[in-house]
Amino acid sequence: MLLAAGFCAAGSVAQAQSTDTLAKVKAAGAITMGVRDSSGALSYTLGNGVYTGYHVELCNAIIANVEKAVGKKLEVKYQVVTSQNRLPLVQNGTVDIECGSTTNNATRQRDVAFLNTAYVEEVRTAVRADSGINSIAQLAGKNVATTTGTTSVQLLRKHERADGINFNEIFGKDHADSFLLLESGRADAFVMDGQILAGNIALSKNPANFKITGEVLSVEPIAIMVRKDDPAFKKIGDDTIAAMAKSGELAKLYDKWFMQAIPPKGQRLNLAASENTRQAWASPNDKPAEAYQKK
Amino acid sequence: MSWHWEFLFDDPGGADPTYWQWLFSAWGWTLAVAGLAWCVALVVGVAIGLVRTWRGDDKGWAAGLATAWVELFRNIPLLVQVFLWYHVLPMLFPVFRHFSPFLLAVMAIGLFTSARIAEQVRSGMGALAKGQRAAATALGLSTGQSFRYVLLPQVGRIMWPALTSEAMSIVKNSSVAFAVSVSELTLFAMQAQEETSRGIEVYLLVTGLYAFTAFMVYALMTGIAAKAKWA
Repeated sequence: MLLAAGFCAAGSVAQAQSTDTLAKVKAAGAITMGVRDSSGALSYTLGNGVYTGYHVELCNAIIANVEKAVGKKLEVKYQVVTSQNRLPLVQNGTVDIECGSTTNNATRQRDVAFLNTAYVEEVRTAVRADSGINSIAQLAGKNVATTTGTTSVQLLRKHERADGINFNEIFGKDHADSFLLLESGRADAFVMDGQILAGNIALSKNPANFKITGEVLSVEPIAIMVRKDDPAFKKIGDDTIAAMAKSGELAKLYDKWFMQAIPPKGQRLNLAASENTRQAWASPNDKPAEAYQKK
Repeated sequence: MSWHWEFLFDDPGGADPTYWQWLFSAWGWTLAVAGLAWCVALVVGVAIGLVRTWRGDDKGWAAGLATAWVELFRNIPLLVQVFLWYHVLPMLFPVFRHFSPFLLAVMAIGLFTSARIAEQVRSGMGALAKGQRAAATALGLSTGQSFRYVLLPQVGRIMWPALTSEAMSIVKNSSVAFAVSVSELTLFAMQAQEETSRGIEVYLLVTGLYAFTAFMVYALMTGIAAKAKWA
């Protein structure tokens, strides 16, 4: 109990920290961007401390506007985050703007804020092209791979219970591992975010051997994450994204990362912008995933 | 940040009706992996250790094989061994495809630990005065009898503290089973923190359960030693 009380006290001290990010980065002369090692084309590393991707490039545009607002050039520091530590790191001020692949949902909105959605993810199913599987109903009794620590696991579980389909779930420890399960035949399908599937297929030895198929299992807005209760900073981010969406720059940026050849190997995801993504561009908003499910 | 524990009563939407029930089922898998792997490790480890020390000079083909066993299993990282069992062996020997990930994880962790226990048996034998074996032989005892009545009772006593650490380690090492899709505590932690966004709470609970389990193992092992009046 004492220990818990100690933790609570430490928690409230951290919470009392200033949430004025603009003042903070101005004073420090630096801004810390949270990035991912391997989150498909959204945010990934090329090695040697170089990070790139759709969301990273979008964040660079936002930081350019932050520099204008604070009236000085800022040093951009990169901090790799994982799905386990990204929320606490944004909350405690280690990371000022998280440019990874975080789903904007209602639970997280209690702790952090999200910028306007620039990318809406669709959870799909990848199968071997010769498997003849075209829908989730055909997966009954089959081995279905997905990655530990992702919302797809929960999705699959709920689907199983709701539709009374029974399949054998296998959890890969990361996306590469899950894809290996599909490639080696241990799994008949790999259920995951569409862009992760497209990225793994594009990088595989023979991309023609795989296809993304079946219905869209879930729709989730993936957004850039910032601290809660910091309207000035959030507004700069929101406005940047809204302006880029309006001018068509965002569509061009999307094309660059999801349709054209991307580093390091010149692979192409060939993942056209979904209807939901286009809608998010047409009317910029920071609605959580729950709002998408109601439709 | 603030604390939110109410997620424990939420419905994860699967076989377990709430997160706390899932937590305890995950704990059960951890206990099952660790417990079974410990049985494998103890039986194989003591056998290999005895083979290595049977003649008392570390020579002969049997002792050589036992040495090879120890070096093979203790020189490869545990996580790599788990992957070898899960990805590589089924490729080489199709019969392993029918083994459940649970069984493969138990084998991997059990055999890894068996190498360590075999070493403890050997070092325990090494710690005995040389005269013990000679005296047993001089009394007319066969090798088997001298192990049974003279050497092993002393070795057991000597290696008990090390064995206690090993038993506590296997509880913690069982966490690698998450990598091959056994839904034990670590897999629960990674999955539940993502689903509930209550990472700190989830990891605190899981840490607490690991610590509690390891402590119980410690209490059990020291209890046995006290009962046997070794300490």
